[in-house]
Amino acid sequence: MSGAEKLRVRVSEITPINALVTRFRFERCDDKELPTFSGGAHTVVEMQDDGVTRLNPYSLMSDPYDQSSYTISVRRDDTGRGGSLFMHQRVKAGDEMTISYPVNLFSLDLRARKHLFIAGGIGITPFLAQIHQLERFNSQWELHYACRGKSLGSYADELTSRHPNQTHIYFDDQSQTIDLPHLLEGQPLGTHVYVCGPKGMIDWVRNTASAQGWPQDNIHYEEFVSPQPGKPFEVKLSVSNKTIQVGEHESLLEAMEREGVDAPYLCRGGACGQCETAVIGYDGKFIHRDHWLEPQEHKSGQKIMPCVSRFEGKTLVLDR
Amino acid sequence: MTIQFNDESFRDDYSFHNSERALKRFPFPFHEDSYMYSVNMEQHRGGPADSVYEMRFDVDEHYVSEMKDRAIVLDQDPLRCQSLPHMTLAGWDLLELIMVSKSEDYPDLFELHRDGDHWRWINRPLGIDDSFTFLDETTLPYGPMEYITRQAQGDFAVLDQRDDMLWMDAGMVTTQADWSLDFDIGMNFFEWHAPVPKAHEMGIFVRALKFLLNIQQGAPARRLNWTMTVNPLLDTSPENYHKWGIQKTTLTPENIGRKQHLRVELQTFYRLPRSNALVFPIRCYLCAFEDLTAVPKWGRRLHRVVRDLPVELATYKGFIDNRPLMLDYLSQFDDGLPTSSGIWPDRESEPPLQK
Amino acid sequence: MSKFEFPPSILSRPIWGQLEPRPGTYHLMIADAEGAEAILDVATPELMAQCHIIHIPKGTDFAARLSKLNPAQLYEGPSYEAALPRIRRVLGDGHMGLQIYLAGTEGLMGQAMAEAMRAGIPHSAIQTEHRGSTGRRMQCVHCKGITEDVETDPFVCSHCGLNLFVRDHYSRRIAAYQAVCVDAEDHGNIPEQKGIYQ
Repeated sequence: MSGAEKLRVRVSEITPINALVTRFRFERCDDKELPTFSGGAHTVVEMQDDGVTRLNPYSLMSDPYDQSSYTISVRRDDTGRGGSLFMHQRVKAGDEMTISYPVNLFSLDLRARKHLFIAGGIGITPFLAQIHQLERFNSQWELHYACRGKSLGSYADELTSRHPNQTHIYFDDQSQTIDLPHLLEGQPLGTHVYVCGPKGMIDWVRNTASAQGWPQDNIHYEEFVSPQPGKPFEVKLSVSNKTIQVGEHESLLEAMEREGVDAPYLCRGGACGQCETAVIGYDGKFIHRDHWLEPQEHKSGQKIMPCVSRFEGKTLVLDR
Repeated sequence: MTIQFNDESFRDDYSFHNSERALKRFPFPFHEDSYMYSVNMEQHRGGPADSVYEMRFDVDEHYVSEMKDRAIVLDQDPLRCQSLPHMTLAGWDLLELIMVSKSEDYPDLFELHRDGDHWRWINRPLGIDDSFTFLDETTLPYGPMEYITRQAQGDFAVLDQRDDMLWMDAGMVTTQADWSLDFDIGMNFFEWHAPVPKAHEMGIFVRALKFLLNIQQGAPARRLNWTMTVNPLLDTSPENYHKWGIQKTTLTPENIGRKQHLRVELQTFYRLPRSNALVFPIRCYLCAFEDLTAVPKWGRRLHRVVRDLPVELATYKGFIDNRPLMLDYLSQFDDGLPTSSGIWPDRESEPPLQK
Repeated sequence: MSKFEFPPSILSRPIWGQLEPRPGTYHLMIADAEGAEAILDVATPELMAQCHIIHIPKGTDFAARLSKLNPAQLYEGPSYEAALPRIRRVLGDGHMGLQIYLAGTEGLMGQAMAEAMRAGIPHSAIQTEHRGSTGRRMQCVHCKGITEDVETDPFVCSHCGLNLFVRDHYSRRIAAYQAVCVDAEDHGNIPEQKGIYQ
């Protein structure tokens, strides 16, 4: 068994939020209560797409203490491998699906005197659940949310009307930008900053905070990369004694699963470290895309994260 | 199955005893004739009927007396139960986990009635019937962790998870194998295990941490650990070591079978959903040597394990000085015959003692 | 020479570092006795412009040299306890970006670190450098009393009078090493006293 425990759910509601984002509500098929979770958790949604099993992680955005349903928001990616298109085009209200138990790789630090959230685009979703959690305990928080424009600012209006004092929205198309150095400088001791959004934004926040002397422990970020298509390649799996082909549009992890090789995973986005696999031999080059392994591990040729990383070359032998 | 609760003590006159049923279900910790550290984790999803693995939180004949002993310890030293301020939510998580598990697993002993956040908890063995508001500390006589762990056997270490590390930031620790919560609270996984010899060099804690960090909701795990205690003393704390340490020198060839106890910890590991913390319930089972050696397989194996244990481990576990006495006693029960693998007593298949 | 090479030990024993200038919006430096030398070594005009130095001399005389660094604020206090309200005030008003530098004895660094942690600064972000006495701040695990500047093993608890041995197990929260009864299993059998690092 790989991944977290599974839940059978029914899609009870599909709500278009704007031109790109759609919200899905899940309820349990057996009508029991869903597990509670902690803000920042994600679920892995299984999609049966014409014989291909897709497993995509999405942040849970609903109130963590509402056990009647979970909601996620999916941003359509027309150039991706098809997971978000499947959700947008093929999933209908009433469908039954399998999702994982909540897994949290982006937890709040509950010691924080104050939680400072910085979101870009669809990166708003984990914060929605965290805000529900913090509101319940009257904790200090503040949100700075950058989106392309008014029409694509998912949940911006709701946040502004519900939490007018804590919410700050920035629209790119109106040239509004977060004055980050100033924002960080004024924070009281014990503040934790959390950033979720595009890689550029994450790097900007991490670098700016570090340069201003913020401790690494107070800087939190979540960045799931999705597997990217690439040239097909062949892999020998020494433990299961199989040689498998990884297709252009599937990940190495997905290819192993297709061949019935039990490979551990949690996030499927290069973040959690669960699928770390030892390389026994290779002749070629790795395309590492995870942010779990250290740079020197990437260079060593001894490890690969099969959920997002690929290989180009003659031979690759893995310890699976 | 109804449980007859013993009226017994874990101090002074030490009237603690195991019934025939308790002996049968004792979690003997050695699966082979020798012992070395390992990351011996397995899933915690039930086990053989009436074994200590069957339920999520095992309740046995010692329950009521153990809870009385815990209350005495806390009266004398309230620092045995502490929770750093950010761990209150994890305390509620633990309260929910124990109340839900016990009321489902032992419906004749425990009842939980929930109407939104209005909860009513009935604990028949301890005569408790309390109504309170979930997530509102002002409606309970103690903090949530203390409230529920005054009603649950075993110690509880509640760990915050931050930056790929576990931090022991709360706990109820009154039946410990010689470690101090008051001293260790706030330490990380490697720091509070720092005094354990050899295991760090073997990479045991690095692997164990990796495993524990990935324990997920709905998928608890467990392992056994063990040490030795003279007299059935639950509270072998460093705080009181200057009082109980001397008891280790009271062993004689005549009383060792009665006085020397194998102390086994059933450690379980749960992810707590609301806080993303982990809890390690550490349940302590005691068994006198004379009861253990009545099981032929266990008698043979215990002798071999104690005999062959490296000096560092026997020292760390606190019985290096008594080891010769223990071996003199245990050798009577070792006839050199092979033993079957696994921890179970195998009474039907293992031959009786041949001497 | 006020630097000491501590022998390797268990993972709970703190490893003291060497101060280095770090980026930050404000710099708080707390030292006792020869810890002032570490401040003198790390000081740059840029750091000092945004720096608050708190020094407990304990009989040393660094006042003139510290003053010459021209820090934004300089305070000399008769004891750590006397300086504590001031330290708390600075931390209470602090903003993210505040850098902490601790130098001197283990007791001073440990206590100031615990104070900074309570204010919300993670221990991993606090710089330290040991200078001067290697005496230890010990907590008796039995009575919980703290005995300062312990140099021998075993020693007598200054609160309950038990004979205690010195462990390397250290609590950042208490800012002390653990001391445990040495003759619990053989009352009155006290090993001969020697220096902790002998």
